[in-house]
Amino acid sequence: MEFLQPSTWAEALDMKAAHPETTPIAGGTDVMVELNLDHGRPASIMDLTRIKDLTEWGTDDGLLRIGAGVTYTRLIEELGDRLPGLAMASRTVGSPQIRNRGTVGGNLGTSSPAGDAHPPLLAADAQVEVHSKAGVRRIPVREFFTGPKKNAMLKDELIAAFLVAPAPGPQQFSKVGTRNAMVIAVCSFALELDPAHRRVGTGIGSAGPTPLRAVQAEEFIQGELEWENRRPPSDAAMGRFGELVAAAAKPIDDVRGSAAYRRHALAVMARRCLQWCWT
Amino acid sequence: MSAVVLDVRIETTINGEPRVAEDVWPGESLLYVLRERFGLYGSKNACEQGECGSCSVYLDGALVCACLVLGGQAGGRSVTTVEGVDADAVQKAFVEAGAVQCGFCTPGLVVAAHELLQRVPHPTDGEIREALAGNVCRCTGYGTIIAAVHMAAGR
Amino acid sequence: MKVGESVRRPDAPPKVRGTFVYSSDLRAEGMLWGATVRSPHPHARIRSIDASEARAMPGVHAVLTHEDVPGKKVYGLEIADQPVLAFEFVRYWGEAVAVVAADHPEQARRAAGKVRVDYEVLPPVTRAEDGKVLRHVKIRHGDQSARADVVVKGEYEIGMQDQAPLGPESGLAIPDGEGGVDLHIATQWLHVDQQQLAGILGLPKEKVRLTMAGIGGAFGAREDLSMQAHACLLALKTGRPVKISYSRPESFVGHVHRHPGTLSYEHGANRDGTLVYVRARILLDGGAYASSSTAVIANATCFACGPYRVPNATIDGIVVYSNNPPCGAMRGFGSVQNCYAHEAQMDKLATALGMDPVELRIKNALETGDRAITGQAIDGPVPVAELLRRVRSFPLPLGEEGEGEGRELFLPGGVSNTTHGEGVKRGVGYAAGFKNIGYSEGFDDYSTARVRLFVHHGKPRVEVHTAAAEVGQGVALVQAQVAGSELGVTDVVVLNADTRVGSAGSSSASRQTYITGGAVKAASEAVCRRVLDLAESELHPGSELRIENDSIVDAGGKPMVSLATLLGDAVIEETREFRPRKTHHLDPDTGQSDAHMQFAFAAHRAVVDVDTELGLVKVVELATAQDVGKAINPLAVQGQLEGGAAQGLGLAVMEEIQVKDGVIKNASFTDYLLPTILDMPPVKMDILELGDPNSPYGLKGVGEPPTISSGPAIVAAIRAATGRAIDRVPVRPQDLTL
Repeated sequence: MEFLQPSTWAEALDMKAAHPETTPIAGGTDVMVELNLDHGRPASIMDLTRIKDLTEWGTDDGLLRIGAGVTYTRLIEELGDRLPGLAMASRTVGSPQIRNRGTVGGNLGTSSPAGDAHPPLLAADAQVEVHSKAGVRRIPVREFFTGPKKNAMLKDELIAAFLVAPAPGPQQFSKVGTRNAMVIAVCSFALELDPAHRRVGTGIGSAGPTPLRAVQAEEFIQGELEWENRRPPSDAAMGRFGELVAAAAKPIDDVRGSAAYRRHALAVMARRCLQWCWT
Repeated sequence: MSAVVLDVRIETTINGEPRVAEDVWPGESLLYVLRERFGLYGSKNACEQGECGSCSVYLDGALVCACLVLGGQAGGRSVTTVEGVDADAVQKAFVEAGAVQCGFCTPGLVVAAHELLQRVPHPTDGEIREALAGNVCRCTGYGTIIAAVHMAAGR
Repeated sequence: MKVGESVRRPDAPPKVRGTFVYSSDLRAEGMLWGATVRSPHPHARIRSIDASEARAMPGVHAVLTHEDVPGKKVYGLEIADQPVLAFEFVRYWGEAVAVVAADHPEQARRAAGKVRVDYEVLPPVTRAEDGKVLRHVKIRHGDQSARADVVVKGEYEIGMQDQAPLGPESGLAIPDGEGGVDLHIATQWLHVDQQQLAGILGLPKEKVRLTMAGIGGAFGAREDLSMQAHACLLALKTGRPVKISYSRPESFVGHVHRHPGTLSYEHGANRDGTLVYVRARILLDGGAYASSSTAVIANATCFACGPYRVPNATIDGIVVYSNNPPCGAMRGFGSVQNCYAHEAQMDKLATALGMDPVELRIKNALETGDRAITGQAIDGPVPVAELLRRVRSFPLPLGEEGEGEGRELFLPGGVSNTTHGEGVKRGVGYAAGFKNIGYSEGFDDYSTARVRLFVHHGKPRVEVHTAAAEVGQGVALVQAQVAGSELGVTDVVVLNADTRVGSAGSSSASRQTYITGGAVKAASEAVCRRVLDLAESELHPGSELRIENDSIVDAGGKPMVSLATLLGDAVIEETREFRPRKTHHLDPDTGQSDAHMQFAFAAHRAVVDVDTELGLVKVVELATAQDVGKAINPLAVQGQLEGGAAQGLGLAVMEEIQVKDGVIKNASFTDYLLPTILDMPPVKMDILELGDPNSPYGLKGVGEPPTISSGPAIVAAIRAATGRAIDRVPVRPQDLTL
């Protein structure tokens, strides 16, 4: 096993081009488990924590551009007001120790369907910025996840940042786990309302081979919501919204929960998140 | 599979002292390096996947699980372990409150509680519980740990 | 340092500073690392093992298989049926097949991966119903055809719980160069390890010396051998010190678990609520090897009805072999599984009778002199009704623990933002339980203590030496308190446990304070007698003497001579074995016998909030009352009551080893969930000290009762909150919603 430690982004991209099989490591919350518990032995590991650029965030044409190495703790503290949904999700990630190390970039890189950052990024229609020596691509998160722990990145690419608009309206995130802290999602749900454009965004976690969007649910509720007079949606509309979210999931039975329960819980969380966003 | 090559050199600062580890296998965690290379066994190896907090240390001032830091990532950085942390009030309170039974979780809890009290000098029960949610204790049921943190905060 | 005082642990300061040495913290010059090759199949025939490639790998010093075991190839606590290294067959997923020693742990792991084992995969027995019976315990008490006005039936399923001590199985074996070995190990019972290891290694016991290393919790997980024999075999083979330290996933296959079970019950009562009969069939899955299954099933059967007067009982307790992970000892030892069933039945019965569930329990509560379903008359205080009244009398918590900011942390779902109060309903539930303290069924229960008094730096010092395992419960401090009380000496040192002193028995069955405490008391009394004889011969006092505050004092408490002066260079040492009263075998046909030495009782009340739409549970509060006879160290007793309840909570709502087709699917702390500080509520405690006339200081075993009735009380509270009949633990969200 080889240990690569680039100190600049350019060096990292060179190394990735030369060692396309290398496993990037940032906060280590996924890679180290693999190493410690002998789940796998990458041919080489590339440490990205020396690269200062990755730990910075700023604005880019009205969007927030957040370096892949910004930790969950910093997201909550520095961006919680502009990205409340992502901050809520970040707060449910592991423990303080994990949030001090773990990054959204790492979450995206692993592309686990259970990644807590994914549903709010889906709901907000964020983009992933990937770099290689060949250039830069911005991939919509909604096209990023291609299978269980698979994504649209090419072998020579690394995640530089993600881009997301500051919350255009209320955002919520809710996650079911079987204990009251430190838990991987049995399933999770994120919701964003964009009152100016009368749009609703959704994200579903841990209930399918990839993080998912509930497109039909979004379309349905966009039409139902009375954006001007802000009247609460009817129970029937809320119920239908929940059903459509549940229907968008593709869950399986596993050690964390059953498929049937996941659908049930998603419907409940969808209704509650909508209620919390709307009122 | 190729032979296991032990070829990494790590220069780091541990508890204020410069330390060097040679001939490190690249896959060694900071936890392993602390324990087996530097003989600092205070950080504990209970789960090695960031789920129990028993290996909590400071890395450049941030509370982290040493098991989730690759040894090489600690190069050039500053690590403070339970052996070096200035947490006398917390440590005494843990002893007095009866917050120690088998004690395997204790070093990690001491470091995590110290970090909390640096940020929040007088935490509520809720703040204590959220801050220590990543430190699993199998013996005490946690009540004495909460009491110990309050006790330390009162000093 | 006296009996009855809340003394602080002497091992706590090094533990908080990280300098206390646990078994995984050991190292020695030239040390090698061991790794274990494990079966990927729950059941297979081993056609062949080829270790040639592994042996040739760089850094590898030895690869051993069953062929390298010089002595007995099987071991076991009750029945020697478990291979040291598998031969002919593997019978569970993760069974040890070969071991490797190498310079670096990664070299050892890689070499382990290159040991080629040719398996002929066989169909596994994975349902307890299909398993071969290992032991069938029958209780036939009273009228076997009794009838009752009101009958309730239920079938209950208990998941497989893990002890999950945080310290991994680990130790260091150091060859002595003369064919013997020193093993530094974290174990619950040094001498039974030594005895088994001597047999396995083909060595006389004196060549296999064990020294206790720091123990990171036990809870039953360290009763059986894990890596002990493997480390010794590798050390003797290589002539080098060998350390083995399991990873967490390996730990899940490296020790036995709490038995999962299916329990079918029928309770009959008169209209006034008086219990008439209980009929039950308890089926526990023992897994691939016997471990302590035969004793666990006896407990499950003997205590099947809970702490209630049951004049007629027909109980069949059956434990079987299967190809599931082996099960054995865990805190509560058979009395946990049955408590979920008998307490659910009592609640069902209360509903059927239209009675208050606590009143029903009080009405039927065992009292002193009542006969258990084994026919044994229970002597000493039996405060079951009192314990229930006390937990009921604690004021109920009002709202959530936190108010305002941060309040959501205390709602079901905790940090995960699942409810702001929607769907949340509160429930309150009660449970009581009991079990035996110490070994039962005629097992020779004893402990050995050596107590030595001498002058150290001008002051009298007492050294206490036993082999009792300090697993975190505080038995080292108990020994110091007992010796300090009996000898009136302030400087008491408890030596580290090892095999240079006689057996203490195991740190299990809530027995150490009783049995080893009793041995230290006896040895201290013998030392005291000799000191007083010496004093009397020198002082010729007119009245009786005693020792107080390091001096010989007369009957009026007046100091006569300091101990230091009296002793001079003399060393007074006494060794004593202590045995509690004898127990007897269960009658094989009726289970009637005085099989148990002491009984301990506890009751719990649980208050829960349940998100009834999502099926998430937040335990709001636990309240408990327990008779401990005499609290030797009240602070430590509180620690046992609270920590034991946390393990009960774990089984009730989250902890389960999930086994599918013989394979553990969640062998890690990511998916085997332990209660965090946000899951465990405050515990209110009422500790009774009613004094058992038979025991040292009147004490009762303390450690296990908190783990017995806490979980059933939580489940009762969840039933109350949801109105659902829950017949399985741990309770899963889907069980409350679908």
